[in-house]
Amino acid sequence: MAAPQPSLGTCLVVDDSGVVRRAARRMLENHGFLVQEAANGAEALAACRASLPRAVLLDWNMPVMDGLAFLRAARAEFGPDRPVVVLCTTESDLSRILEALAAGAQEYVMKPFDEAILRDKLVQAGLLPRGEE
Amino acid sequence: MIAGNFELVARVVKARSGLVLTPDKLYMLETRLAPLLRREGLPTLDALAARLRDAPSGPLAEAVTEALTTNETSFFRDGAPFEHLRGLLPALAAARPPGAVLRVWSAACSTGQEAYSVAMIAEELGPELAGRKVEILGTDIAQEVLARAREGLFTQFEVQRGLSIQRLVRHFRQEAGRWRVAPELRAMARFLRWNLLDDLRPLGRFDVIFCRNVLIYLDPPTKARVLAAVAERLADDGVLYLGGAETVLGLTDRLVPVSGARGAYALPRVAALAV
Repeated sequence: MAAPQPSLGTCLVVDDSGVVRRAARRMLENHGFLVQEAANGAEALAACRASLPRAVLLDWNMPVMDGLAFLRAARAEFGPDRPVVVLCTTESDLSRILEALAAGAQEYVMKPFDEAILRDKLVQAGLLPRGEE
Repeated sequence: MIAGNFELVARVVKARSGLVLTPDKLYMLETRLAPLLRREGLPTLDALAARLRDAPSGPLAEAVTEALTTNETSFFRDGAPFEHLRGLLPALAAARPPGAVLRVWSAACSTGQEAYSVAMIAEELGPELAGRKVEILGTDIAQEVLARAREGLFTQFEVQRGLSIQRLVRHFRQEAGRWRVAPELRAMARFLRWNLLDDLRPLGRFDVIFCRNVLIYLDPPTKARVLAAVAERLADDGVLYLGGAETVLGLTDRLVPVSGARGAYALPRVAALAV
């Protein structure tokens, strides 16, 4: 609690790939987020219960508990608005996107992604202010 | 590259497009013209320059110009102009007689993201436009980007720049890993090859003009000339949007900033003359 609080709050990165988590962490920290990591939906849910993050960057396909199961559990437990959930997955079929939106996701990143895409999506989700180019 | 040859290429490109190439842009020639050199079987930029010297206005000059103009764009680029447009279109619709068509021009439209962003806003406004139809014209000097704009087919990368996921699912159809703009939006937009240095009068008058990030590439006399010609295409109560780094200051007195809307310009009100 004594640590300096970045103005953008905490983003929980949920992905079973350590490589993806590290890449996302670097991008999010550059923007001023405090980053936590979880390797599956169950870990993510535990982290949310301990302290609700402002945002969750959420992979879909993971062992133990997948992203959609986490999303439904989080919406049931914490309500529709918090945390802001941005899917980040190789699932890019329209039907999957609609499924995630119906389950309460605010934004959706289709992998592969880069810094520019992630920044744009964080802006769309209201997590980052819109900067002039 | 021999210095005289750089200047020759720069002269050809400026004559065709107004684009100013300074010697520090040599790297840009090397990277952007490499595919063209391969296609034409030319070993070096100097060989290309030799061919241009013989035919400074042929298809090769055209291809060189296309390759060197910047086509970067994204959906809802910079955000603010589109927010302003959302308020402007209903006001313009209310000021027009029933059955009138609101005409929007995306000048230097590249692959069409700006034109389709306007179409999305028009579609989302729906009944707020009181039945006035919106017609969008996109023009560009480069044939290749226009073909893409007409197709309205965008990569997964492109639809993730500037578009919310809600807009993607509402306004696009998925086609084998890519995303095509919905037919009702494509029906609003038309794309035409037009050089901004040419006579613009045949394009008619527009209620809204987007001419963003074009002037920055031109030298001051060309800027002033293009801006004056574009302003002449604007309806009396229309709005011109320029890029974030562009201004009319010192270039024309025919346009005044719209207060409270950065990058938006209008014709000065002629109330004083209307006595």
